[in-house]
Amino acid sequence: MARILPKKDVVIVGLGWTGSVMANELTDEGLDVIAIERGPWRDAPTDFPPSQMQDELRYRIRHELFLRPDQLTFTLRNKLDQQALPMRDWGAFMPPNGVGGGGVHWNGEMWRFLPSDFVLKTHLTQRYGAGFLPADMTIQDWGITYDELEPYYDRFEYLCGTSGTAGNLRGQIMEGGNPFEGPRSRDYPTKAQTQPFSHTLFAKAARELGYKPFPQPSGNLSTAYTNPHGLRMGPCTYCGFCEWFGCSNYSKASPQTTILPVLVRKDNFTARDNSEVVKINTDRSGKHATGVTFVDSSGETWEQPADLVILSAFSMFNAQLMLHSGIGQPYDPKTGEGRIGRNFTHQTISSVNGFFDKSKFNFNPFIASGSIGMCIDEFNGDNFDHGPLGFVGGGYVGQVQTGARPIESALTPPGTPKWGAAWKTAIKDNYLSTVKPGTGVHGSFYAYRDIYLDLDPLYKDRFGRPLMRMTIDIKENEAKQNRYLTDKFAEIIKAMGATSLAKTYRTAPYDATTYQTTHLNGGVIMGADPKTSAVNRYLQSWDVSNLFVLGASAFPQNAGYNPTLTVGALAYWAADAIRNQYLKKPGPLVDA
Amino acid sequence: MHKRNKLGGGIGAAALAAALFGGFQTASAGEIDSMNFTAVDRGRYLSILSDCASCHTVPQKNQPFAGGRPIETPFGSIVAPNITPDLQTGIGSWTDDQFDNAVRKGIGRNGERLYPAMPFNAYTKMSRQDVMAIRAYLSTVTAVYNPVVANTLPFPFNIRMSMRVWDGLYFTEGEYVADPHKSAEWNRGAFLVDGPAHCGACHTPKTFLGGDKTAQYLQGSPLQGWSAPNITNDTRTGIGGWSADDVATYLKTGHNRITAATGPMAEAVDLSTSKMTDDDVKAIATYLKSLPGEEKPQTAMAASSPEMRAGGAIYRDQCSACHGQDGKGVDRLFPAVANSSMARADDPTSVIRIVLRGARSVATDQEPTAPGMPSYGWQLKDEQVANVLNYVRNSWGNAAPAISPDEVGRLRASVAKRSD
Amino acid sequence: METRYGPRFSRRSLLLSTAALLVATSSKSTARTISGALPWEPNGGNPPVAAKFGPWEFFTVDEGRAMEALADRIIPPDPQTPGGKDSGSAVFVDRQLAGAYGSQEGHYVRPPFINGMKNQGAQSEGGPRKDYRDGLAALDKICKAREGGKAFADLTDDRKDAVLKDIEDGKLELEGIDGKSFFALAIKDVQTGFLADPIYGGNHDMAAWKMIGFPGARYNYLDWVSRHNEPYPLPPVSMVGRAEWSSNNSGAK
Repeated sequence: MARILPKKDVVIVGLGWTGSVMANELTDEGLDVIAIERGPWRDAPTDFPPSQMQDELRYRIRHELFLRPDQLTFTLRNKLDQQALPMRDWGAFMPPNGVGGGGVHWNGEMWRFLPSDFVLKTHLTQRYGAGFLPADMTIQDWGITYDELEPYYDRFEYLCGTSGTAGNLRGQIMEGGNPFEGPRSRDYPTKAQTQPFSHTLFAKAARELGYKPFPQPSGNLSTAYTNPHGLRMGPCTYCGFCEWFGCSNYSKASPQTTILPVLVRKDNFTARDNSEVVKINTDRSGKHATGVTFVDSSGETWEQPADLVILSAFSMFNAQLMLHSGIGQPYDPKTGEGRIGRNFTHQTISSVNGFFDKSKFNFNPFIASGSIGMCIDEFNGDNFDHGPLGFVGGGYVGQVQTGARPIESALTPPGTPKWGAAWKTAIKDNYLSTVKPGTGVHGSFYAYRDIYLDLDPLYKDRFGRPLMRMTIDIKENEAKQNRYLTDKFAEIIKAMGATSLAKTYRTAPYDATTYQTTHLNGGVIMGADPKTSAVNRYLQSWDVSNLFVLGASAFPQNAGYNPTLTVGALAYWAADAIRNQYLKKPGPLVDA
Repeated sequence: MHKRNKLGGGIGAAALAAALFGGFQTASAGEIDSMNFTAVDRGRYLSILSDCASCHTVPQKNQPFAGGRPIETPFGSIVAPNITPDLQTGIGSWTDDQFDNAVRKGIGRNGERLYPAMPFNAYTKMSRQDVMAIRAYLSTVTAVYNPVVANTLPFPFNIRMSMRVWDGLYFTEGEYVADPHKSAEWNRGAFLVDGPAHCGACHTPKTFLGGDKTAQYLQGSPLQGWSAPNITNDTRTGIGGWSADDVATYLKTGHNRITAATGPMAEAVDLSTSKMTDDDVKAIATYLKSLPGEEKPQTAMAASSPEMRAGGAIYRDQCSACHGQDGKGVDRLFPAVANSSMARADDPTSVIRIVLRGARSVATDQEPTAPGMPSYGWQLKDEQVANVLNYVRNSWGNAAPAISPDEVGRLRASVAKRSD
Repeated sequence: METRYGPRFSRRSLLLSTAALLVATSSKSTARTISGALPWEPNGGNPPVAAKFGPWEFFTVDEGRAMEALADRIIPPDPQTPGGKDSGSAVFVDRQLAGAYGSQEGHYVRPPFINGMKNQGAQSEGGPRKDYRDGLAALDKICKAREGGKAFADLTDDRKDAVLKDIEDGKLELEGIDGKSFFALAIKDVQTGFLADPIYGGNHDMAAWKMIGFPGARYNYLDWVSRHNEPYPLPPVSMVGRAEWSSNNSGAK
């Protein structure tokens, strides 16, 4: 029997980026807010100090900061007629856990989506005709435009102190920035980071090939910065231990550095860590949420009643909780009906490694930050004519190498034996002169009828609940897109002066064992049409009006960019809607 | 029986409630009517200046002024009593004279002498009017039933008679007398420092009997496993290199361009100095900046010595991550260690302790970041701690006496069981 | 023949943690309510758990011999840099297998275990401990059968390499275990130990890092970002420091 806690105005499930943004906004509004986080509290001086953070084995190879599959995992299959099997250890992605969520161990890459990304279906149909899109592609418009979201993009960028060079300032294309970006109302809060050697070399080669390279917008700051909450951040020191790791010196934007110290001081805010929400409770009508049920680390079950429920548990756990709570009709790929689980997407990633003459090139590749990089956007979104190419979508490509931690970065040129004296000599001869971009080709992943989420019929979690099942594959469209982008990328790496290249394409079947970013999206998508979306344009559930679902679960499809800035902007957008509209008149904000 | 109003807590609610509910009787109808909002509010501010809440409240326990907190002294721990208006276990049934005697004369309710953990030798500088205002305020806080056994010092210190002798040696009774040659602001600062804010309680070194070494007024003192720094104008070890603005900013926000408050000072900033008026912190700054510094010369250790070179390697590899390769840190995020009076204090207790155990700096409304220093005790041997601190304390314009590995080892052992 | 237990460790590494070798997933795993201020306690955090000096914690004597020999072929010694054995890779693998890696701590190990497509990920119940027990035994067994009764460690280096190449190419099968997969696992683990921080048992004295030019556990490269194409001058440092941190050892800074 669950023990019932005193009622709060708001309960927030998950204290990552969106949970922190929303908690701060709603406490400013005077509401009594509690945030419940599955994982532990995390803080730089205790959990990621510079005396122990540079531990590739512990944090990258054994991924200690991440969720443990035995606490919660997924099953995976490629096709509808396959049996899904559990991901017993992570591979293709690494779900976050703990206060700060993915904001602790992300790279800090801060991209806005293109204006056309938000009206993708309309845009592509207009340009290429409906018949150009694959029959099973289920992309949609978002129900919100870039222009509406722009002020919130700005807000999140300034929260984080983002370091970048504007490319489109109120309609004026600026030298050195991304000429393809949507117009921004003002410049970045801090200037772009200084780029190390190989990144500048990439830019030079790209320029000579006629492209317009620009620095990747970075949440690793170029200078000391004080954000609008009065929180101070330091300059990034290029340690090369960014993604997978927490930042030791307050220079990576995270909930810890940008929101939490101010949030915890408020009388009307409480956080519970090491407590996993297992269900969102609704009343008998099923249309009104009454709070959540959670289990703490001692196994005790509690009920937290609240008037407003914010689901901000990371995209996949949002979808899973909706399914476990019975909120919203589960999606059925055969009928195409149902709200929860549809339009599940990932990211289409590949790369090209370049091996250079060590007598001419010393890249000191260990000097880097998480969002360092010189990129080109000529092949993103619909920035180029897809007509002759036979696919849609695209992505940025760039030398975005974030470091050279040796276990993963002691590479050898193609053809080198994998062991023995030759291997040993090869890693010695190549370590300092290898270009290893990582997610160098960062392509979109559009939505399909039979790529979706539902509950597994066989495997269960430690509470006896079904695991969520992912049905996902690389479709021909994405494979073509990736091949095209990878080849273009390879040209630039070659033009940098590489002696040999190692090119990898992203192909079917979707591989659960190789890392492809943790940009998992969809499942609880936003939209204008309640038949084909789960939340409205304010991220309010169509089914339960006092439930808002934040995160990349709202993306109807994924664009060719990292998701976090859009996730953060949408959180501010939803917070505004709650503060200015919902609280004045609780109920559906959009007519169904 | 006297009726008690149980709506206590914040002054606003209590005073308002007192004003709204007529017929409300205080436990002792004193000189100052506890329904006099002006006096009560003045008393509230004086209690902040005097930082009563700090000693008389168990941290994190939401029972302000209810006592029960052990106060560390070199002689053992004394538990601070309950000063809420509770009739049985607090001061609700005390007379005004008894309260005044306790605060300004160090004489308890039954005539027993109080230990100077209660800084009566500083509070004596306040006027009776001041103390009565504090009393009026305290009579509006929530009464808490909390019996406290105060006398927990070991023999022979638990014999309070000996305090007569101590008082004779170290206690000069008397209100603050303004110096007519100094500005009003200076006098206010002097009153605050020597009176309610009782800075000397921590910052003036003590004799073996626990009295002030008046010749070293405010020149720093060890306590509670920390070393409170020199706050005279000594350039090397005090605030000689600080502007008055630096001092005021530090008191008000807990951070300035040189350093950040941590340890026991973090609590003093949090509960007391950050809540002072701008004029008052400025006055304290003006006064402190007027105190001469000793200016004892100190030669820096030679950069080529093995200890300095080893320390430099550790600094380069580790400390520079936050404190910068130039030792300048990041403004109000990571304190500067270069040219820092805090880093090169003669007593290295605080710096050794911070390196070994880490530290959290204070959060205030103006500076909410509260950055933390990680603990290095697990990573650095005693000799390495000594090396890196000797390097920091003798580079970039710093000069300080050398620290030995043994010193580090002794401190490591002595703070090992501390919870702070 | 003298039994080698691997490189010596400083006393400091023994003091690094008294916890068991099982890696804790987080320092604080009891639920707390946080409000009012950022949590703080002295000596907070979760320092790394160092591999302890001493005898094998997982391997039997025979397995240890085989593993050392294997490590020395995966990473052969040369005059400049030690091989897998002397740099401690076998010790690394042993300690990892004795700990959380070996026990598949944190993995989802609920049944049923069904073999699927390779891209669905490993579905093995036994985990690395079983793989190494089975693999090393099978390796020795096949060598004894094929190579005149000699265990793998007793073959000449050329013969060892030949056996391994045949396993790698699928020409030689191991009994009871997929030889190709096992060898790939061993390569991965030996090379990981070679390149990881020395506190975990391998990469003794940062030999691998010195070889490739990785400066180790540093944090501040601000003064080097703009120095393009210049060799970085500082020696590598591990999470427990380097020789220069002690004053009787300091050479250049």
